[in-house]
Amino acid sequence: MDAPNSLVLAIIGVGMMLAGYFLYSRFLAKKVYKLNAEFKTPAHQFTDGVDFLPTNRYILWGHHFTSVAGAAPIVGPAIAVIWGWLPAFIWVTLGTVFMAGMHDFGALWASTRNKGTSMGALSGTYIGARGRNLFLVVILLLLLMVLAAFAVVISGLLVAQPGAVIPTWGALVVAVFVGQAIYRFKWNLLAVTAVGVVLLYALILLGDAYPVSLPEEGMFGLTPEGVWIVLLFIYSGIASMLPVWVLLQPRDFINGIQLFIGLGIIYGAVLLATPTVVAPAVNDALPDDTPPLVPLLFVTIACGAISGFHGLVSSGTSSKQLDRETDARFVGYFGAVGEGLLALGAIIATTAGFQTAAQWSDFYNSFSSGGVPVFVEGGASIINAGLAIPSGLSATILATMVVLFAATTLDTGTRLMRFVVQEVGEIAGVKIKTWLATLIVVALAFGLTFSQGADGAGGMALWPLFGTTNQLLAGLTLTILTIILIRKGRPFLPVLLPAAFVLFMTIYAAMVQLVNLYNAGDWLLLVIDIIIIIAATWVLVEAVIAMLAARKAPKEPEDDVALTEDQKLPRSV
Amino acid sequence: MSWFDRAERGLREFYVAPYRRVFARAKRDEEDLFMMLVLSEALGVPNPASGATLELLPEMLDRMHDWHIRQGLDQSPLDGMQCC
Repeated sequence: MDAPNSLVLAIIGVGMMLAGYFLYSRFLAKKVYKLNAEFKTPAHQFTDGVDFLPTNRYILWGHHFTSVAGAAPIVGPAIAVIWGWLPAFIWVTLGTVFMAGMHDFGALWASTRNKGTSMGALSGTYIGARGRNLFLVVILLLLLMVLAAFAVVISGLLVAQPGAVIPTWGALVVAVFVGQAIYRFKWNLLAVTAVGVVLLYALILLGDAYPVSLPEEGMFGLTPEGVWIVLLFIYSGIASMLPVWVLLQPRDFINGIQLFIGLGIIYGAVLLATPTVVAPAVNDALPDDTPPLVPLLFVTIACGAISGFHGLVSSGTSSKQLDRETDARFVGYFGAVGEGLLALGAIIATTAGFQTAAQWSDFYNSFSSGGVPVFVEGGASIINAGLAIPSGLSATILATMVVLFAATTLDTGTRLMRFVVQEVGEIAGVKIKTWLATLIVVALAFGLTFSQGADGAGGMALWPLFGTTNQLLAGLTLTILTIILIRKGRPFLPVLLPAAFVLFMTIYAAMVQLVNLYNAGDWLLLVIDIIIIIAATWVLVEAVIAMLAARKAPKEPEDDVALTEDQKLPRSV
Repeated sequence: MSWFDRAERGLREFYVAPYRRVFARAKRDEEDLFMMLVLSEALGVPNPASGATLELLPEMLDRMHDWHIRQGLDQSPLDGMQCC
């Protein structure tokens, strides 16, 4: 196959995702989920101005998208293009159209139809008490893997791109300044935003001019990556305990702005530079340590193709704010499309950002050599060609963007996991104080990260395992969706087939990793992998039992019979 | 409305909205605690400021129902004050 132009790739990819939205999601909305504009959504039924609040669908989409988008749809594709650009491209586009969109949309719909309850509660309702426990285990694992994997990603990037050190840590000062300016001094937000963005980019210029490298022999007996990991966990522990208005809220805000600037820069540069994809369509000269494409591709790229994490956002949060049930199609499906676009951008940057195929293979000479640093290098040369920003500076911009994204996930994840730990404590009858719960979380994540060696090289073992957990969660969510659809007597194959595919790939990938981890003697990850396999098998068994039971049960009536006047909204005006 | 105002409003929504729930919930938790202080005498907890909180009781009665539901009690815990 001739090397295609990246612009062609972008147009085909965007075209497919848009077609997915306009055609496939319409089919889902009409035939499968049967959205009803008259259905009284939980936002109307339980309005309390706190959790339940009817929200404009564009604003809701904005929240939904910024909650689900992060560094993961960049990291996954940046690793997975080692198999060539074509498999990653196909998985991202088809995955977004037929799986991620359907999954996010479906989770949102199912939760809306069940009083806005979370997926965990739904698994309790539709699978039973065991299903609920299973869900807790999977979520705890997922959060733990996120923290460890992202700490490795950030530390690696800070070492590879020392220019990003000053803007990364300086961004915290900018965020605190923004928070104070808004809450204490009540300055105009537009002006504060402009100043904040200018400050951030000034820091990027400064960092580019004065890169900060830790001594290569390390400090305190740790490698440079190890030092960064320690500092990152100290930071995330503190940040997760501060009142949110001080740091997290302004930081999320600046990051959101930065997300749109970054996406604009990348796609703008691709449009102007139209670089050629130099990477092979299918890489037939794979490095020796590369695991088999099937099944590992399907867990390496989770976010951007299908991600169980989205179901948590869909079901816990967005479903309580849905104004009309028909908005679920736009918010849920289009949220997945936004993430697919991010993944597509990462594929282009990592396959078209190089001069020759040989140069590309130098970067992908081992499975552990790919990933975000290559995205930064490749993306930088595209930006350099398209927008004439010097490569070094472009690389600093991209590295800062990715680090800030991943750091957001790191401290939000610490915060979320703290709540889970406190909840587990409550079940056990012990009250765990905030600082102690945070300490437990940080210690667990820290232990997991350093079990992979203090130089961050273990990130490549952690990442696929994180993807596997994420896909397991997606499989669980799709299973619940299938059961709901069977009970309603609706067509369920559009959900069941992806569910079967995802669960099969999850178990298969976990098995392959089991062998690898055993050979590597990595006992900690081996235990986690075994837990994943047990949980996945458990999901499968419970799913089959619940589905068979649902098939025998009498079908639930449709809206025209079931809805009382009280459960209806007035027709839109 | 000028585009400047509209940009300011949109931006504010973007800033405030993701954490609106967090703040609202923190505020609600604070008010729940306050409700418990006001009701403490009735719940059997000695309250040195009961003279002052007694005056607040009529003000708080409207919110009583939501409060006891949030605390996981289907019925009002106070014999003298039934709201549902």
